[in-house]
Amino acid sequence: MEKLFVSGDEAVALAVRQAKPHVIAAYPITPQTIVVERLADYVEDGSLNSEYLYVESEHSAMSAVIGSAAMGARSFTATSSQGLLYMVEGLHYASGSRFPIVMMNANRSLAAPWNIYGDQRDSLSQLESGWIQLYVENVQEAFDTTIQAYKIAENADVMLPVMVNLDGFVLTHTYEPLIMTDQETVDKYIPFARYSNAMNLDDPVNTCITAGPTYNTEFRWQQQLATLKAAEVVDSADKEFGELFGRSYGGMVEAYRCDDAEVILVTIGSVTGTARVVCDAYREAGKKVGLLKLRCARPFPTEKIAAIVKNAKAVGVLERDISFGFEGAVFSDLNSALKQQNVNVPTYNYVGGLGGRSISKENIAEIFDALLSGKAEKPLEFINLRRDINYGA
Amino acid sequence: MALNAKTLPNEELFYGHKACGGCGGALAIRLALKVLGKRSIAVIPPNCMSTVAFIYPHMPLFVNGIIPPFAATAAVMSGVLAGARALGEEDFHVVGFAGDGGTSDIGLQSLSGSIDRNDKQIFLCYDNEAYMNTGIQKSGLTPYGTKTTNSPAGKNIHGSTSPKKRIFEIVAAHGIPYAATANVGYPEDFLMKLEKAKNCDGPSFIHVMAPCPTGWQTPSDSLIDIGKEAVDCGLWYLAEYENGEFKLNKNPKEFTPLKDYIRKQGRFSHLDENDLKHIEEERDATWARIRRDWVK
Repeated sequence: MEKLFVSGDEAVALAVRQAKPHVIAAYPITPQTIVVERLADYVEDGSLNSEYLYVESEHSAMSAVIGSAAMGARSFTATSSQGLLYMVEGLHYASGSRFPIVMMNANRSLAAPWNIYGDQRDSLSQLESGWIQLYVENVQEAFDTTIQAYKIAENADVMLPVMVNLDGFVLTHTYEPLIMTDQETVDKYIPFARYSNAMNLDDPVNTCITAGPTYNTEFRWQQQLATLKAAEVVDSADKEFGELFGRSYGGMVEAYRCDDAEVILVTIGSVTGTARVVCDAYREAGKKVGLLKLRCARPFPTEKIAAIVKNAKAVGVLERDISFGFEGAVFSDLNSALKQQNVNVPTYNYVGGLGGRSISKENIAEIFDALLSGKAEKPLEFINLRRDINYGA
Repeated sequence: MALNAKTLPNEELFYGHKACGGCGGALAIRLALKVLGKRSIAVIPPNCMSTVAFIYPHMPLFVNGIIPPFAATAAVMSGVLAGARALGEEDFHVVGFAGDGGTSDIGLQSLSGSIDRNDKQIFLCYDNEAYMNTGIQKSGLTPYGTKTTNSPAGKNIHGSTSPKKRIFEIVAAHGIPYAATANVGYPEDFLMKLEKAKNCDGPSFIHVMAPCPTGWQTPSDSLIDIGKEAVDCGLWYLAEYENGEFKLNKNPKEFTPLKDYIRKQGRFSHLDENDLKHIEEERDATWARIRRDWVK
């Protein structure tokens, strides 16, 4: 196996090259830009035979891949932050019309205040867009998940777009070792067949149509069934990937040292790596802590999460996101899932890492300590908040 | 062989829809699809035409069709084209049917981008001079003095006060291989231009006036006459931009009375003599300019 040393952006571009999309349309935005550049290089050097479209905006990038996927062609785009928000209208077109587009999103803060660094407010604000949302921890997982994304999206019972989220800079710009997959096996893992709902020059099809009150609910019901079905497919795609390539990630969620854990911390994305180190140190010291890495935010792994945390004494959710006036989006979803599954465990929300601020091992240790002590009180806490600023009354 | 009523295919590809009687937009699409044929992919943004063409399960469009985001007709066309090309499709046409607002306002960015990409696609702007689908609001191609539901005519304001954007020239300024203006009131000229767009090896653009009896407050059987009269009175011109050159297809020695055209339409019923004088001056200035620059 070829071993490389690449950034997260480069890993995504390499994975896209192996997935061989027919059409790529993407607009540059920090910190996603390198993906766009590398893919252009591959098209130039002939190692990737894709139609590469220069688009004038993210709105047009998403629209172009809607067009190509509507034609039945494998399609890829990438974005970040403001760009994702500029695409939002198209996100709903893509999911509602069941176009299995794969998109990489470099998680980045939203203006204002302007900030190019990482947090997850961009993608988590789009949980309702009908896209399958995957989050990755490291460069290797970014690569592997990008390939898995096509397996999930193009599943005949799913046919939904997939967003692969990488933390901006922390993952997109950090270099790590990458084990490449061999092309032949990837071709077998994600063979291409023209989409069954595609337009057809010999037998015309109308798509992205209007459905009034008489049929709209039925379209939505089918969309809900397909998205729920995707939960199984996220798991099976990861399992099959593991059988072929020797790496898998637990599918929807990974439970790390959770079996007898008294407290469990839920993490999303690259901070999981930091949290693993702290978790290991605490276990060494005999403290029963575990991690639940949320890999898939839509569909939401309701039963899986409930089964993992049901015997814990406290659960924390650490997220780089806040829904102002309430709490983090993942925290809300987790609470709802536990209620639905009749699991009654105290839960606490830790909001941090906004606008690129690092979440340190010490920050995570403090969270574990609070959860272990049984003295965690506030349902929501901004961690690592500066105390040297006068915030007024 | 020139396309005309005799040589045009009989097969209908857009019929059974619920457009208003005498709809210029529906006629423009019907004629365009007769020229482009069954192996067409129509991209129709949210406008009157997509509203009457795509309401499940009532599907009166007999070619491939897709509703793109309003702002992104041309970008979806680019994607469709790229997808079809990548999949090895041949002998097909990608055509967009956007209204005046969907072209000159919200759709302008992606139209510009698609010309920059040199995509072989036909963008047809059917211009009924307002946002008719939402109930007759002013667009960038609404002419001076038009009463619309958001540019009312009263004591203080006489309807819309800005001139039409020069969208044909804006498109031509991209250096597009082929652009034209047309009018459903001059169908043979329109068909000739559709044929040229069909055979064009790059992006093409046709700006066709498509009167709207509902929005213009004219009788539904007046569609062809009123379109023709717009040309004859000089408020619409028939022109082409090809190989980097502008060309006037019709250069009338004299115009029919502007007043006759204006007074037939409820949307202009409030205009006074000063307004008419202003419209005439603007018309004459436009013709002086295009005759100077476009007539060899």
